[in-house]
Amino acid sequence: MERDNNDTNDILDDVTGGEYKYGFTSDIDTDKIAHGLNEDVVRLISAKKGEPEWLLEFRLKAYRYWLTLTPPNWAHLNIPDIDFQAISYYAAPKSKEGPKSLDEVDPELLKTFDRLGIPLEEQKQLSGMAVDAVMDSVSVKTTHREKLAELGIVFCSFSEAVKEHPELVKRYLGKVVSYKDNFYAALNSAVFSDGSFVYIPKGVRCPMELSTYFRINASGTGQFERTLIVADDDAYVSYLEGCTAPMRDENQLHAAIVEIIVENRAEVKYSTVQNWWAGDAEGRGGVYNFVTKRGLCRGERSKLSWTQVETGSAITWKYPSCVLAGEGAQGEFYSVAVTRHHQQADTGTKMIHLAPNTTSTIVSKGISAGYSENSYRGLVKVAPDASGCRNYTQCDSLLLGSHCGAHTFPYVDVMNDTAVVEHEATTSKISEDQLFYCNQRGIPTEEAVGLIVNGYAKEVMNKLPMEFAVEAQRLLAITLEGSVG
Amino acid sequence: MGALKQYIDLYMSQREAIDAGSADVMNTLRPVALKALEGRELPDRGVEGFEKTSIDEMFAPDYGMNIGRLALPCDVAAAFKCGVPNVSSLLAVVVNDRFVPTATLLKNVPAGVRVMSLADAARQYPDEVARHYGSAASLESAGTALNTLLAQDGIYIHVDRNIKVERPIQIVTLTSTPVPMLTTRRILIVAEEGASLSVLTCDHSMSRDTAALTSQVVEIIAGERSRIDLCDIEETHDTQSRYNQTYVIQHAESNVAIGGMTLQNGTTRNEYRVNIAGRGCECHLGGMAIGSGHQHIDNSSDVKHCAPHSTSHQLFKYVLDDESHGAFEGSIEVTPEAPFTEAYQSDRNILASRGARMHTKPQLLIYNDDVKCSHGATTGQLDDKALFYMQSRGIPRDEARMMLMQAFMAEVVDTVRVEAVRDRLRHLVERRLAGYEAHCSDCKA
Amino acid sequence: MNELLKVTDLHASIGDKEILKGINLTVNRGEVHAIMGPNGSGKSTLSAVLAGNPTFTVTGGSATFHGIDLLDLAPEDRSHEGLFLSFQYPVEIPGVSMVNFMRAAVNAKRKYFNQPPMPATEFLKLMREKRAIVELDNKLASRSVNEGFSGGEKKRNEIFQMAVLEPCLSILDETDSGLDIDALRVVAEGVNKLKTPDNATIVITHYQRLLDYIKPDVVHILYKGRIVYTGGPELALELEEKGYDWIKNQVDKEAE
Repeated sequence: MERDNNDTNDILDDVTGGEYKYGFTSDIDTDKIAHGLNEDVVRLISAKKGEPEWLLEFRLKAYRYWLTLTPPNWAHLNIPDIDFQAISYYAAPKSKEGPKSLDEVDPELLKTFDRLGIPLEEQKQLSGMAVDAVMDSVSVKTTHREKLAELGIVFCSFSEAVKEHPELVKRYLGKVVSYKDNFYAALNSAVFSDGSFVYIPKGVRCPMELSTYFRINASGTGQFERTLIVADDDAYVSYLEGCTAPMRDENQLHAAIVEIIVENRAEVKYSTVQNWWAGDAEGRGGVYNFVTKRGLCRGERSKLSWTQVETGSAITWKYPSCVLAGEGAQGEFYSVAVTRHHQQADTGTKMIHLAPNTTSTIVSKGISAGYSENSYRGLVKVAPDASGCRNYTQCDSLLLGSHCGAHTFPYVDVMNDTAVVEHEATTSKISEDQLFYCNQRGIPTEEAVGLIVNGYAKEVMNKLPMEFAVEAQRLLAITLEGSVG
Repeated sequence: MGALKQYIDLYMSQREAIDAGSADVMNTLRPVALKALEGRELPDRGVEGFEKTSIDEMFAPDYGMNIGRLALPCDVAAAFKCGVPNVSSLLAVVVNDRFVPTATLLKNVPAGVRVMSLADAARQYPDEVARHYGSAASLESAGTALNTLLAQDGIYIHVDRNIKVERPIQIVTLTSTPVPMLTTRRILIVAEEGASLSVLTCDHSMSRDTAALTSQVVEIIAGERSRIDLCDIEETHDTQSRYNQTYVIQHAESNVAIGGMTLQNGTTRNEYRVNIAGRGCECHLGGMAIGSGHQHIDNSSDVKHCAPHSTSHQLFKYVLDDESHGAFEGSIEVTPEAPFTEAYQSDRNILASRGARMHTKPQLLIYNDDVKCSHGATTGQLDDKALFYMQSRGIPRDEARMMLMQAFMAEVVDTVRVEAVRDRLRHLVERRLAGYEAHCSDCKA
Repeated sequence: MNELLKVTDLHASIGDKEILKGINLTVNRGEVHAIMGPNGSGKSTLSAVLAGNPTFTVTGGSATFHGIDLLDLAPEDRSHEGLFLSFQYPVEIPGVSMVNFMRAAVNAKRKYFNQPPMPATEFLKLMREKRAIVELDNKLASRSVNEGFSGGEKKRNEIFQMAVLEPCLSILDETDSGLDIDALRVVAEGVNKLKTPDNATIVITHYQRLLDYIKPDVVHILYKGRIVYTGGPELALELEEKGYDWIKNQVDKEAE
């Protein structure tokens, strides 16, 4: 009955040894400030970006608050002490001004994004997608801007938004994620570098997917981007985010903030394929991904949907959340989190039901292999005045091999007697019967595991936009193909 | 914060009196407990695992303790009527922490079985008690360490190898005090290899107008192939607080069923920590909470599988009315040493009024891939459609609501495996939901 | 050489328990063999062992499949070499559509023979053609493998896969179990349509009724891990008439 355990683990090792093809580094002339963090560094970052006084004040307030905090330790994670003074808080590919056209962009940089499969030349692009590419701390190039501008849509780097649409940035910055929210949110608010800014005006459906690719390149740096998306009344946008980083022996810190505001009857879909360098098979190196993502569904019948496929990072700590403040607002969270080798992930969501008749759906699929630890942590909260709310949560864990851990920590807080909140969770493994059935039909074990895992994750994958879904499926197969349970 | 200090100070000034009123076996653990409390605090609300209940607050009032072991006035005879009808149980009464056997108990305890005062047992059978006392309870819990520091007496139940106790053992615990008081009680239940027994504890208070707190640590040691049933029914008053910590160690092929039923109370925190140490065990954990007024009921369970081929089932249900608050935190943990585990947990709650609150946190911690585990939690209301259907058949709305609540709780009642106890509980639940005080009809407590 | 499968003195066990105790069996191209026997005689074990199910350990004997050592091959390579097992209990694979599943199977086989993957249009055409053989609903193709299929649909799905993979040796393990008479007919007709002079079929069954539709050339009776009788189609009829006790008594008596 028992398959030889060593065998199983051998196959597992083979498979989970799947290669990380984004691990190259690029030789790009980088403007990087010295390691360490103090008020002068915060001022320097602000000055380098030519920011207005109010933004510098915002940063300094956040920095001073950050000094009073200690890193959170409640997650099911083993986070080594991070020396925040050993990190450089600003690195930017050198150029005098932001590139006005493609000709001004460093060819090495273009090559980098080409290798990542993200051509920045607009004619080469999928016509249905506009891209903002962020290397280290700075937005490199945003495509299709003019076309979007015709509709009144703003899609640009955060720094440009500060210059060109200061009133919008000022109105919304920090309104969903306060700098006081948590340790990493405070840090980000003090030193954030760049990111994307999206504004969809009233009644406009964004005709193409907006997409940002984040890339950490320089060593010894952290990446602290900030994304702000505003969908005004009756607007719609689908936003995609992809992340990669070179293979380095050191751990790199990524502490981002994403804020989303959804007004009356507007809808935002936010999809992430997170594939930061996860460290090697022995757990050396990799990105620490400590991210605060939150959306405020402020308008009535507004809708926010998070979809994430998490395969990268040495440690992931993130809980994309929905604050459902408008009557009838909807929040959704669909997640596939894969961990292997020595990766650790503590991820999930918060659904805060503040208004009546708000609904939320959570589907989380965890897949653990190797020596990894994979946790779902989620909060569903129904406020006293929020009557008629509904939540459905489903958390499934799949374990591949006997050295990994899969954990579920849901918090359910119901303060209204008309709420219906349901939570179901299961833990399973790929059955030998399924593997043998596939084998008998000629499908080798490695491929069978990829097939079965993709089937297991299908509910979430189906929520991704088409272009991303294909990439995400391939990623899952590469990451896990051949693992045997 | 800082409620712990007054008790440590009390201990430091009264250690000789405390020791004198107890037994050596219990006294030897006090310094160990004191050391474990160094630099500690009782958990406050919001600490992971104590989201909604502050133990610190519970212990904060300036309670007295009966260290000198004065016999407090108590109408014990009234409590003796709290028998299980139609079953001759082995009945004992515990007033605060003082064990009072009944004549029938003394007459009917079978050979190889001890049901007695813990302190007496510790004096008469020191080796036997020392082997088990403190072996399951964890001093990592500040509450347990404090209990170990202060406990002078309690209950000792021991069943020898292969002895099956046919009659249920019933213990009525009474809080009786004219002044606000902390009772520190200890219960130790040991089933040796192949033994079997069933215990029913009924927790009452005879001092309805006096605030009182009970700290109770229960240790259950289930030997190989033993079978233990424990049903704990709390029926006290809104003036009463209770911090009850139950620790279970299950050896190979043992079978343990524990039910914690809170029918009436003030503030209660129950913890169940089950360590499945041997292979092939079966564990059932059932919990019920019926809340009205300002009752606060917090159950926390942790079933840890450390050996292969065991199964565990947890079922907790709450019905919360008025301004009552419920909290449930439960976890299933499967270690790498426990393949072929089957573990299930279910938490179902009904909020019956606008002011009621429920917090749940069911957790899975799985470190083994050859397991079947699941948990589910729901919080909702009584089924409107069913209510309407019943009304349309002429059943008044209130009665229909009550029937639906009883039906909802029936699943937990059914987890009690001893028939007489199950019937008793069903009766109590029906009365409680019908709005009566959930006391046995002829019990004055 | 017409010989397709030659099994010699095959022993297999699960854990410490020996289930196959010396099986000898030769199947030639163009033949249909029926293996019958009472419950627990080892019929399903034989099919599982030939297909390479890791649950069982081969403890002795050999099996050659068109000249190559079958027992030496991984389960998927046995499939590529042309061995097909129709499962008694087809396995459900949630979330994996039949189309994806079959494309993976077909292309794995082509890769094994150093052929490029089948173009999508050609593959879809193939699926359409083969579906017709067992009257399988178009909609089943987009559903997850065996998930939510009725008993009859599952068995028809097995024969559909057999049609797509074009094996030279098909083993039908209790394909008749749980089927009503109409489903049985459809399945049997499917099997008959796929029969050629170059391939062979082993039908494993407890009852005679499937053999009314799929006519065997040779009938074996398996009991206590050994083939105790081999005869023509008439053996199945005799068995139907006399029941298995007749065999059991005779074999057990000889053993004494």
